[in-house]
Amino acid sequence: MTLLSLRGLSKTYGTVRANRHIDLDVAQGSIHAILGENGAGKSTLMKLIYGVETPDEGTLHWHGKPLSLTSPNEARAQGIGMVFQHFSLFETMRVVDNISLVVPGTSRALAARIRALGEDYGLEVDPLAYVHALSVGERQRVEIIRCLMTDPKLLILDEPTSVLPPQSVERLFITLRRLRDRGVSILFISHKLEEIRALCDRATILRDGTVTGTVDPRDHDARALAQMVIGREMPHVTPPEGKAPGKVLLELAGLDHRPDDPFAQALHGISLTVREGEIVGIAGVSGNGQGELARLISGETRRHPQAGAEVLMMGKPVGHLGPAARRRLGLAFVPEERLGRGAVPEMSLSDNSLLTAHGLGLVRRGLIDRAAERRLTNDIIATCDVRTPGPQAEAGALSGGNLQKFIVGREIALAPKLLFASQPTWGVDIGAATAIRRRLADLKAGGTGILVISEEIEELFEICDRLHVIREGCLSPSLKVSEIGPEDVGRWMIGAEGGKAA
Amino acid sequence: MITLVRRSAASRRMAVAAPVAALLVTILLNLALYTVMGKDPRAVFYAMLLEPFISWPSFSEVLLKMTPLLLIAQGLAIGFRAKVINIGAEGQFLLGAIFASAIPVWYPQATGPWIWPSMLVLGTLGGALWAVIPAFWRVRLNASEILVTLMMNLIAVQLLAWLLVGPWKDPMGFNFPQTVMFQWDAMLPTLIPGTRVSVALLLAFAASGAAYLWMQRSFGGYQMVVGGLAPQAACYAGFSQGRAVWLSLLIGGAAAGVAGAAEVAGPMGQLQRSISSGYGYSAIIVAYLGGLHPVGIVLSSLLIAALAIGGDNAMVSAGLPVSAVEVFQGTLLVAYLAAVVLVRYRLVRSGVPA
Repeated sequence: MTLLSLRGLSKTYGTVRANRHIDLDVAQGSIHAILGENGAGKSTLMKLIYGVETPDEGTLHWHGKPLSLTSPNEARAQGIGMVFQHFSLFETMRVVDNISLVVPGTSRALAARIRALGEDYGLEVDPLAYVHALSVGERQRVEIIRCLMTDPKLLILDEPTSVLPPQSVERLFITLRRLRDRGVSILFISHKLEEIRALCDRATILRDGTVTGTVDPRDHDARALAQMVIGREMPHVTPPEGKAPGKVLLELAGLDHRPDDPFAQALHGISLTVREGEIVGIAGVSGNGQGELARLISGETRRHPQAGAEVLMMGKPVGHLGPAARRRLGLAFVPEERLGRGAVPEMSLSDNSLLTAHGLGLVRRGLIDRAAERRLTNDIIATCDVRTPGPQAEAGALSGGNLQKFIVGREIALAPKLLFASQPTWGVDIGAATAIRRRLADLKAGGTGILVISEEIEELFEICDRLHVIREGCLSPSLKVSEIGPEDVGRWMIGAEGGKAA
Repeated sequence: MITLVRRSAASRRMAVAAPVAALLVTILLNLALYTVMGKDPRAVFYAMLLEPFISWPSFSEVLLKMTPLLLIAQGLAIGFRAKVINIGAEGQFLLGAIFASAIPVWYPQATGPWIWPSMLVLGTLGGALWAVIPAFWRVRLNASEILVTLMMNLIAVQLLAWLLVGPWKDPMGFNFPQTVMFQWDAMLPTLIPGTRVSVALLLAFAASGAAYLWMQRSFGGYQMVVGGLAPQAACYAGFSQGRAVWLSLLIGGAAAGVAGAAEVAGPMGQLQRSISSGYGYSAIIVAYLGGLHPVGIVLSSLLIAALAIGGDNAMVSAGLPVSAVEVFQGTLLVAYLAAVVLVRYRLVRSGVPA
């Protein structure tokens, strides 16, 4: 019997068509996976079902009757509950106090219900414990209990395992299976194929905002599923021929790093080298440690003074040095975020050139040379085809793609020995993306070592000599692009590959 | 319904028009208030807003009052633009006054042209040293500089009080809490004969010029502005946040300190409890009213100083209560803060939201 049924659901944000004519049927008492890459439209779809957003077109049927939701409150009243990836618990309050914020009843009665639910579903947690003292797994249990208190018919879990250590994942699955056996349907959002095969009855695959298929995941192996998720027919690319790579410019040897932020991904045993005249790519689904790794390489995350040798740049230990010192050695860096990190939104493009290119004769005796600043900015605008009224325009007024072109242009203008670019063509139109890739190839031919983090496998295959895949803070061995195909990368991305190294 | 829509770039026209409009609205509101209070608004308007500018004795007092406000506000604004909020100018001002007084208090017989310049240097040091403490804790432990500088003000007030009733009390002063009157060489030379305006006014203008060069033209100032606008971008570019905090507080402290020194070595001529009359706090208003811009601050310090003198005039000639001037200042700040929103946003009249 069908519990929830979507027909032709669409949602557009500005020019982005996040969801296009989505059809989805969720049966009663099933665990249904929603599978897709980042940006495929999974989150938007869940927001539509949970009433956070209203669809532009299409219908939603619940128990066979049409339903239109305008808020999560209505969704909860109908029996739809959701557990978000990032928890919304007050850490300074006890478990039972957190729950009493949304569920009526005395503390004593609630505590009893929490214990009873815990025993029923294997969600043991002490109702009188303070949330700050709980592990991540326990906090997630509190979130699930809070949902279950309202007796939902459908439970939406947004990447629930991404925050859990492996041993807690199995416990969560036991709970979810018990819920299913008692008639609760579960929408399970994930990109981890092995987990989906172990847990789910159905899987709906999203790509670029549309449904590309609904399958029984147990009938397909992880490799076939990965193909469906990544989807597109990979263009045959000839790996770029170049001179033999020269001196080592960047070397990380077994770097371990645990960030202060508990939601950030810890890094384990990262080993990586980049040489002169080669492009090395890092593939992977975002949120697997790319951001943390980028900060360690750029110097925005500095390690303690004894850890200098953990990052070697141009042969010098720099692990304890900040970004300025590393830039002086010849590093240039394109960050993932453009506004507020790669550029100051309130400042003109001219002043944003100064941000990292001040060493190019823009500062004389401590004073800014406005004419030189404007000349450089005009150069960048011209060579990178930045669409803007001029160097006086504020960075915040540019479109994302145009600002990206400007930032990439600025970093290339530094003539770096080592260029590190995070998502260099993200949000840039195809023509400009090709231009950026060509410039990277030119730099490489000139002997620059380039490291690129990207989620676009095609892009990496087009420009890179070697690839690593990052997953849960671990880096795969170096893979020669000429010897592998996209499926191999896909397997590493989902953790289906263990031993084989190229 | 009227909604605020962000402009694609800050409007320069509005940046100039906003303070003027705020001033006009403030004047209208306050004159209405005086009318309700039963005062003659024309008499108040003349005493408060015209007389300070058209009567030479009044105007020289305005310049006198403007000097410390201008010095302190220029120093504070540099920190404010780097988002280092130094509320401690009052304490830094007092420490500057105390350090400068050390020479005439300890060597009352000393003579020579070196005395007043050394007092200014000592005052600068004193103010900067008082700012070292909040800077250290902010960089070291990320302790809020707002709270630490504020509390340092209270300590400075007590330190001054202790000196004046204890070791530095004038033995011939009938037990008044004040030091000896300073000797002639410990006083700043007068700039305009026949008035109390001293060379400190030149110093304040020189400081304004330096602040302009530093904030609008130098790379060092640029780094601080980036840190204030987008801390992540400053980190990305490798600009040290700690350096920005140190510079902000040291510059602010030094400017307040030299202002304190100029006050004891100028109009006061001795160290007393009432040397400040709240300059350190008024300067915060001056800095924001001036749009944190060195040129704007010159104008706003003139305005606030004129209001203070004009308020005194109005108290005498139009019978206005003391608090009326504070109400005027407060209205002006609120009106200005409301008006500056229009620099980055514009009002759009919209029907029913779609």
